[in-house]
Amino acid sequence: MKQFISFVKKEFYHIIRDKRTLFILLVMPIVQIIIFGFALTNEVKNSAIAVLDQSKDAASAELSQEIDESNYFTIQKSLNNASEIEPEFKKGKIKMVVVFPQNFGSDLKHFNKAQIQLIADASDPNVANTMVSYASRIIMDYQNRVNQELKLPYTIKTEYRMLYNPQLKGAYSFVPGVMSMVLMLICTMMTAITIVKEKELGTMEVMLVSPVQPLKIVIAKAVPYLMLSIINICTILLLSVFVLDVPINGSLVLLILESILFILTSLALGLLISSATDSQQTAMFISLTGMFLPTIMLSGFMFPIENMPLPLQIISNAVPAKWFYIIVKSVMIKGVGFASVWKETLILTGMMLFLLFLSIKKFKIRLA
Amino acid sequence: MIITENLTKRFGHFTAVDAISFQVKKGEIFGFLGANGAGKTTAMRMLCGLSLPTSGKASVAGFDVFKQTEDIKRNIGYMSQKFSLYEDLTVIENMRFYGGIYGKSDAFIREKTAYVLKELQLENEAKKLVKSLPLGWKQKLAFSVAIFHEPSIVFLDEPTGGVDPVTRREFWNLIYQAAEQGITIFVTTHYMDEAEYCNRVSIMVDGKIEALDSPTGLKQSFAAKSMDEVFLKLARKATRTAN
Repeated sequence: MKQFISFVKKEFYHIIRDKRTLFILLVMPIVQIIIFGFALTNEVKNSAIAVLDQSKDAASAELSQEIDESNYFTIQKSLNNASEIEPEFKKGKIKMVVVFPQNFGSDLKHFNKAQIQLIADASDPNVANTMVSYASRIIMDYQNRVNQELKLPYTIKTEYRMLYNPQLKGAYSFVPGVMSMVLMLICTMMTAITIVKEKELGTMEVMLVSPVQPLKIVIAKAVPYLMLSIINICTILLLSVFVLDVPINGSLVLLILESILFILTSLALGLLISSATDSQQTAMFISLTGMFLPTIMLSGFMFPIENMPLPLQIISNAVPAKWFYIIVKSVMIKGVGFASVWKETLILTGMMLFLLFLSIKKFKIRLA
Repeated sequence: MIITENLTKRFGHFTAVDAISFQVKKGEIFGFLGANGAGKTTAMRMLCGLSLPTSGKASVAGFDVFKQTEDIKRNIGYMSQKFSLYEDLTVIENMRFYGGIYGKSDAFIREKTAYVLKELQLENEAKKLVKSLPLGWKQKLAFSVAIFHEPSIVFLDEPTGGVDPVTRREFWNLIYQAAEQGITIFVTTHYMDEAEYCNRVSIMVDGKIEALDSPTGLKQSFAAKSMDEVFLKLARKATRTAN
């Protein structure tokens, strides 16, 4: 035991004395959250749009105002005729044009039927889709209000409720994503690097000649990163709750336990990578392209898995981050308890045990 | 201290170490020479308990290399080519760490640390990071750390790489001191002048031991004026080079 503790102490010394890396490890999550929270967003907020009002009556004016007053849009420009539309888009500042045809108001009044055209810049299809649906919703709301006076044969009133995230804040989906990313980076990459570093330095040889069990070496290396990761999780959660207004609806204890499970999985992955190479650079490279990148692509936090072709969907099941992401989203945003995430937890536990077994076996063989 | 009998290591079809037999006495300084690729490192790894031999017999400090590798590890010291010290730990921290690994008590560690610091005249550098030490001092410290836990044998793998001749001489003084205290020294080296410092030397060529005698004896047998010449005469026969 004393042996183990002197090992862990040494590992802490290594980490603390490498001030630059330590700084990156502790500050990176903060930077990521802030960047994701305030700079990168695929939310639609105050998007610049233009209106071509060919009718210029009370109804079109009223509707335009409603669109302008919403948080989603800001009417930057009023166009005067259709030939101005394309040049506006080409300039790039306007992402959508709302076109009211002539006689909009009177059509509405006399024929109970009018059309509005929404032209969106679909060079970013996601944004275009979002804008069109928001605009349609605003128009629908307006229509429902106006409708209340009239008696129509059938009306299907669509009421929508955005559960768990009524304001449709992007932060709700990326906070769990950032958690996965940060944990994966720290636990997998740093663990791999620290083990490989000893191989490069030649100190690993000395360890192996000593009476220390290789397993203890590895666990001692993992312990500081485990603690670092827990600190990072706390930082991320604090930032999310107080700076981004993302709530923790479920049990904090469950969240932390699941995070520890994911941390252990990532640590096992780091161990596996470390036994595959003797060079720190290669370890870093494998971690980044082999683990980190697929995690971002296939975990579901940037791109929905359901939209991917079937082969990728199947592959994504092998990415531990995918399951962790589901668990964190469910517990943090939806507020569910263990009963709802037991299946994902089981899968993640299975992955962890498998990786642990494989990596320890490979590590031992590599030593011989 | 070390007894090997037809010790062999094969990797598939390749025989890295081919039935070597030799004995090393207690307190002896034994030089293990050979060109790159001759099988020195593989042989040493077997003796350190790092790799299991394919066939043959060997015992180190009285323990069998097949069945008692853990006991071997507890009783030997090792210094690697790269000195095996942690550059970002202080002199004291390195000693404390290695002492702890070999299960030494706090009292022992304290006393021994003070002793080594005094012997190497590193008292003023005790709390400095190893990376700030000049190469020669690092080397001496590495050796002291390798024998910190007072093993009966210490294995030195090319310990004097990259160091000037004067410093190497000083280093060998330390080795002599250790031998006088009864520690058996098993050292591999490229430097033929260091071979002269050993009690006996063995030269490996293509996995076999082609020569084993005191430096004087070898020079006589090969009609050579220096160990360099002896080595050249033997190594020229080699068909293997370092992979």
